[in-house]
Amino acid sequence: MFQVRIHGRGGQGVVTGAEMLSIAAFLEGRHAQAFPSFGSERTGAPVVAFCRIADKEIRLREPVMEPDALIIQDATLLAQIDVFAGLSENGYVVLNTNHTLEEMGLAEFAQRFRAERVITVSATDLSLKHVGRNAPNVPMLGAFAAVSGLISLDSVAAAIRDKFSGKVAEGNIAAATEAYNIAKARMEAAHA
Amino acid sequence: MGHQEIKFYQTGTFTVGNRLLPPEQRSVQSDIERTNSLNSGHRACQGCGEALGARYAIDAAMRATNNQLVAVNATGCLEVFSTPYPETSWQIPWIHSLFGNAAAVATGVAAANKVKALKAGKALPETRVIAQGGDGGTTDIGFGCLSGMFERNDDVLYICYDNQAYMNTGVQRSSATPPAARTATTMPVGEHPGNEWGQGKNVPLIAMAHGIPYVATASVSDLRDLEYKVKKAMSMRGARYIHIFVPCPLGWGSASHDTIKLARLAKETGLFPVFEAEYGEVTNVSKIRQKQPVEEYLRLQRRFAHLFGKKPRLDEIERFQHMADQNIRKFGLLGDDKATVGYYGAEHE
Amino acid sequence: MLKQCEGSHAVAEAVALSRPEVICAYPISPQTHIVEGLGEMVKKGDIKDCEYINVESEFAAMSVAIGSSAAGARTYTATASQGLLFMVEAVYNASGLGLPIVMTVANRAIGAPINIWNDHSDSMSQRDCGWIQIFAETNQEAADLHIQAFKLAEELSLPVMVCMDGFILTHAYERVDMPTQEQVDAFLPPYSPRQILDPAAPVSIGAMVGPEAFSEVRYLAHAKQMQALELIPKISAQFKEIFGRDSGGLVRPYMLEDAETVVIALGSVLGTIKDTIDEMRADGISIGVLGINSFRPFPVSAIRRSLSHAKRIIVLEKSLAVGIGGIVATDVRMALDGLDKRIYTVVAGLGGRNITRSSLHRVFRLAMHDQLEALHFLDLEWSIVNKELDRERTTRRSGPIAENILRDLGQAKSNVG
Ligand SMILES: Cc1ncc(C[n+]2csc(CCOP(=O)(O)OP(=O)(O)O)c2C)c(N)n1
Ligand code: SF4
Ligand SMILES: [Mg+2]
Repeated sequence: MFQVRIHGRGGQGVVTGAEMLSIAAFLEGRHAQAFPSFGSERTGAPVVAFCRIADKEIRLREPVMEPDALIIQDATLLAQIDVFAGLSENGYVVLNTNHTLEEMGLAEFAQRFRAERVITVSATDLSLKHVGRNAPNVPMLGAFAAVSGLISLDSVAAAIRDKFSGKVAEGNIAAATEAYNIAKARMEAAHA
Repeated sequence: MGHQEIKFYQTGTFTVGNRLLPPEQRSVQSDIERTNSLNSGHRACQGCGEALGARYAIDAAMRATNNQLVAVNATGCLEVFSTPYPETSWQIPWIHSLFGNAAAVATGVAAANKVKALKAGKALPETRVIAQGGDGGTTDIGFGCLSGMFERNDDVLYICYDNQAYMNTGVQRSSATPPAARTATTMPVGEHPGNEWGQGKNVPLIAMAHGIPYVATASVSDLRDLEYKVKKAMSMRGARYIHIFVPCPLGWGSASHDTIKLARLAKETGLFPVFEAEYGEVTNVSKIRQKQPVEEYLRLQRRFAHLFGKKPRLDEIERFQHMADQNIRKFGLLGDDKATVGYYGAEHE
Repeated sequence: MLKQCEGSHAVAEAVALSRPEVICAYPISPQTHIVEGLGEMVKKGDIKDCEYINVESEFAAMSVAIGSSAAGARTYTATASQGLLFMVEAVYNASGLGLPIVMTVANRAIGAPINIWNDHSDSMSQRDCGWIQIFAETNQEAADLHIQAFKLAEELSLPVMVCMDGFILTHAYERVDMPTQEQVDAFLPPYSPRQILDPAAPVSIGAMVGPEAFSEVRYLAHAKQMQALELIPKISAQFKEIFGRDSGGLVRPYMLEDAETVVIALGSVLGTIKDTIDEMRADGISIGVLGINSFRPFPVSAIRRSLSHAKRIIVLEKSLAVGIGGIVATDVRMALDGLDKRIYTVVAGLGGRNITRSSLHRVFRLAMHDQLEALHFLDLEWSIVNKELDRERTTRRSGPIAENILRDLGQAKSNVG
């Protein structure tokens, strides 16, 4: 079973992100379970959502405490809560920022993990560019697909079409695709 | 039907039915074919205004709907006296659910009827629904459901039988109890004996403020008018409300034979204005024929006896008179005066 | 058709497939997504010949349901928590009148202190209200149970509450096999009422009943629930024939045959318990779980039969009968009357507290060694509790408890951080 934890703030589509991830996995014939951390969070408050992906029925209902991957949609959360809690050394991290890890002061921390598994992507900028509003959740999924290899970009696109339609869907797919390509490039750079 | 000149003295204003009139002008009750929806044998007190009002109202509604009628009843005297287990006085489909939910239950019946009509390919259901309750079930505990039904404009006629207290439980005060009246929870002791003087709660006016198609008040002193209003209400769709003044000999401490007289005095003093309103505006008032002082009305009821004892409470009687005069002005109950109350924000075609 | 969707969505679709005729509801978290979905489906015409009524309170919701059901319409509503309490008088009335209304309860805690998260306090508070109460373990089952509920309700002329864990199920996205309309139509015939407000054959419904007959009327309500004990497995079997999967029934055994220790629970927590049990079995521990699907009627003989080999029973419940302890546990004791078994009550998950595998491992192992107290509160923060007890011992005006505790917790956190 692969467990993902998504951190963000109210209004950034954290819950929708987890749901789309589960849809993408479902479309690839896998079992998936997505659920929010159920608060009455208002816009701007920290929000967490979870997604589990497996090849058999998922019965577990506890929150994801030992994630295999983290999707961090808002870098300002790093100063506020322990977003990395429970992440193993083989874990994946996708962080939404237009700074480098060094600039974020995370260079040393990131050394604990495999370099090609800790990737930054400026998802906010990408969503502004392609969708016209701050909705980093979708490009983050594109980047996650690249980093984890767990789901294909096609499945992400199909999940987007399940949630959105028309121009919004196409814009989001463009954002996810660009994020996917950026992440791929950065992974290769990290390998090199 | 040939036209026949009828003199007023032959029918009177308050006469129930008269075979001198052409059939379409006769009261429903004068018809041997009337449905007797609330049949004889029920357990109401002698002279019960509520039993009388309900009998007229429901038979008139039956006539207006070609007998396709369902009644929903709130808990209260009418419910209890009409269905002494295992007997029932009701000759129509009738349901009692709770004290405070008659309006909502009726909404449910109307919704079911509508779906059934749709399934049968009809635009409108033939079966109609009325909800009925006492003043307590209407102006107090059932008020939320009533207002909700009005606001949604559900196809329900709600009838309130106002006997001005919780009679079924032994005459306790309701929000429709008049000031100074003795009830089991407002005893005639202390400086202001009986019920406190407050602002009152005029549910017909509140109903009008919802802008619903039809609101009327009526009284068991004018049963022809009552029948007319029920029939008129049933000719319309949407939320409708009729508030009927029904004296209660037991709760008021009045003589059984004075029920009609008291109802008439309530109207003729101005204490109970009788009117009709459509879409929030008063369209018709029943004028006072011969204005009466409030004492005439109050004196006949033991619930006001403490106002007339050795030391009469002229101040309180004066306040009643003021209340009556205010109604007369507001509703234009005398002469050619026009009503000045109403909900003028209402829009209608 | 397989679908990845939200639990609420699956339930809304299952209700829609059941061809409801009147739907009325008042919003409350975590029920909202269900009734929003249905409202839209009615408005779009996806549900034909159906009235959707936005009422002004839960009391009105159940009252409208009473009226429409009595007038012969298949009727649905949904609520949770405070909403269920607000409609209580009408809840009892609906079952007393024998009206086959189906209602979802998206289980949520009851305040004060106000809390929107999941536990079973709301539906447990109505365990004696005369409604059938069935609990869903997964979203698949929640959807299936609604379709079964209409059949069960209408065959018995009794209302049915389908309980599903608020948020944990209602807001979770998972795989659901959505039935087709043909399947549902084959399973669920149109509603044929036992009693109806019909001008062609007038009846009085809801008259006062005195001491001479009241006991008989109440006994018949009980007898109907006893009939449900036979009907629920039958309906579940019919369901399997048409839809090809197990759903519903009275109880659900898992790893039970040889289990010395048996956990009893209701609802979605069964999944986490099963995973825990798999892990314990791998360690060679003899443990199993019995899920209770039908809480009312309470399947006394099915439970007694299932537990015949068990040495000890742990009733893990998301509810608390203040002043005695467990609610489910009390009923389980009744079912096991005369049998020599240790019974532990574990109160867990109140107000949405997570029930984790690690905590379950701990209490199950304590119980296995018979080291658990008879009544245990899972993961209770004793330091916080004791601090407040101490404050009350020493200070007269000790202040509001909930606010005191929140402050203490905040301090405890900032001390750590
Ligand atoms: C929830 C609830 N509260 C209180 C009662 C008790 N109760 C039954 S009838 C009644 C008074 C009815 O008064 P009203 O509606 O004015 O009708 P009336 O008997 O005067 O015709 C009361 C208080 C009840 N049945 N239900
Ligand atoms: S108490 Fe009053 S309302 Fe009740 S039956 Fe007697 S007269 Fe009628
Ligand atoms: Mg009354």
